[in-house]
Amino acid sequence: MTDYFKGRRLIYGLILFFITLSGFAQMPIFARYYISDIPGLGWLAQFYVTHAMHYIMAAMLLALGAYVGIDAVLSRKLSVSRQNPVNKGRLTGMAWVKIVSLAGLVVTGSVLVVKNLSGVFVSHNVIISLDLLHLFSCMVLLGATLYSKIRKRAWIAL
Amino acid sequence: MRSLVSRRQFLKSTVFAAGTAVTGTGLANAATNANEEPLATLIDISRCIGCEECVYACKDANAPKFPKPEKPFPKMVPARVPVEDWSDQREVTDRLTPYNWLYIQYATGIKDGKEMTLTIPRRCMHCQNPPCVKLCPWGAAKQEPNGLSRIDSGICLGGSKCKNVCPWDIPQRQTGVGLYLDILPAFAGNGVMYKCDRCYQKLEKGEQPACIEACPEEVQVIGRRSKIIELAKERAKEMDGYLYGLEENGGTHTIYVSPVPFDQLTYDTGKGKPHLNPAKDTMADGSNLALALVIAPVAGAAAALGKFYKNMKEED
Ligand code: HEM
Ligand code: SF4
Ligand code: SF4
Ligand code: SF4
Repeated sequence: MTDYFKGRRLIYGLILFFITLSGFAQMPIFARYYISDIPGLGWLAQFYVTHAMHYIMAAMLLALGAYVGIDAVLSRKLSVSRQNPVNKGRLTGMAWVKIVSLAGLVVTGSVLVVKNLSGVFVSHNVIISLDLLHLFSCMVLLGATLYSKIRKRAWIAL
Repeated sequence: MRSLVSRRQFLKSTVFAAGTAVTGTGLANAATNANEEPLATLIDISRCIGCEECVYACKDANAPKFPKPEKPFPKMVPARVPVEDWSDQREVTDRLTPYNWLYIQYATGIKDGKEMTLTIPRRCMHCQNPPCVKLCPWGAAKQEPNGLSRIDSGICLGGSKCKNVCPWDIPQRQTGVGLYLDILPAFAGNGVMYKCDRCYQKLEKGEQPACIEACPEEVQVIGRRSKIIELAKERAKEMDGYLYGLEENGGTHTIYVSPVPFDQLTYDTGKGKPHLNPAKDTMADGSNLALALVIAPVAGAAAALGKFYKNMKEED
């Protein structure tokens, strides 16, 4: 593959790393397991810091997603980029697994954000289901990402 | 010295009257109806005599909810995980514990050149946007439309995040109880967190919270938040006093009225003894960043469109 997508892949990788880190930091585990004792990682146990970071990373993920999605559709309408073979490719199975789990994270995450606004009451069972679905989608995404890395499965097959 | 007994008898009738007035505005209805304005309580510090009737009423009314830990506790890894055991100190009343959700804080201050001692009932403030509830990573804490927040002892894992994010460190942990025992007790969780739940079981029946009912001095009044604020402001005006809870942590459902400015009170704080300092809105960043989540995809889409038009021009 050309390095046509190098920039966006790097950005996606960074976002995924920090959104996962800040997501797991929502659970009180980094202090318990000494990770926040490592110099420079103390912020991992500061819930308001990691909460804000998770939101910022989520905003960047949404921006990137909207950009890549719309760009992919529009690029096919251009003769210049039609010459780029990538735009003729199809999404692989692994890509679909990642896209669906990302969509699950975005949808559940967005509802959780709304829930956190003042004056919004969401029932207990709904919150628990959303939290578990969010966590489940996260595990699927991380699993699929790891598998793709090891087996060298690309997003797009030509 | 005034006669407490006769005063109590006198108050019984007025409390009853006040009680019916509040139930008249629909305490029971408010416990379940999302369209009703949330309830708040007024705590008039100038009236409190520190008798602790409320403290014991709270213990009585909520005893069935108190933790019943099994010993010995399972070993927890790593060794730094603290065991917090209050089951042998259930009678402690001079701070918040899993067995004491309300305590009387002693404070001194100067009013009109004279030193005075104040006794302040302290418990959960029931924040308008409670971080203990909203930031619980798995929904064990909940807020009800009537404004109360509570922690479900059947679901809480005792990680203590709620206490960590609470501006007043209110929730208190008991090790050796709850769901974590059934999952991976060595590696995750550490018991259950406990705090005032504003006697939700009594509110549901249209009754007043136990501490309010028991108080011989009518220190607390419960009602719609806007009405309680009105009343609090009236009281503050009468005594030339000060309010706490209107803005703290973005606003709470507990409004204190004190004859002495809160920042001029001297009192004991520390573990289980909450402060009375200004508290900024802990959830404000999240609420502001929510807007970024709306703008971000629009910005991403705009960038893609911009690129498309640029390429189109190049093609022409
Ligand atoms: C638009 C995207 C996302 C949004 C808006 C979002 C939002 C949130 C919010 C608000 C919470 C706190 C839970 C609560 O309030 O109850 C949370 C927790 C969490 N997030 Fe996300 N998130 C997003 C994407 C992701 C992604 C991509 C990952 C990881 C790959 C992730 C991993 C987690 C984890 C592990 C937790 C803690 C456990 C849980 O509550 O499920 N999130 N997220
Ligand atoms: S005072 Fe603390 S425990 Fe009570 S609702 Fe507010 S954040 Fe939660
Ligand atoms: S409202 Fe109920 S639980 Fe809360 S302090 Fe008063 S008696 Fe205790
Ligand atoms: S019962 Fe009333 S007067 Fe007695 S300590 Fe409690 S709030 Fe104060």
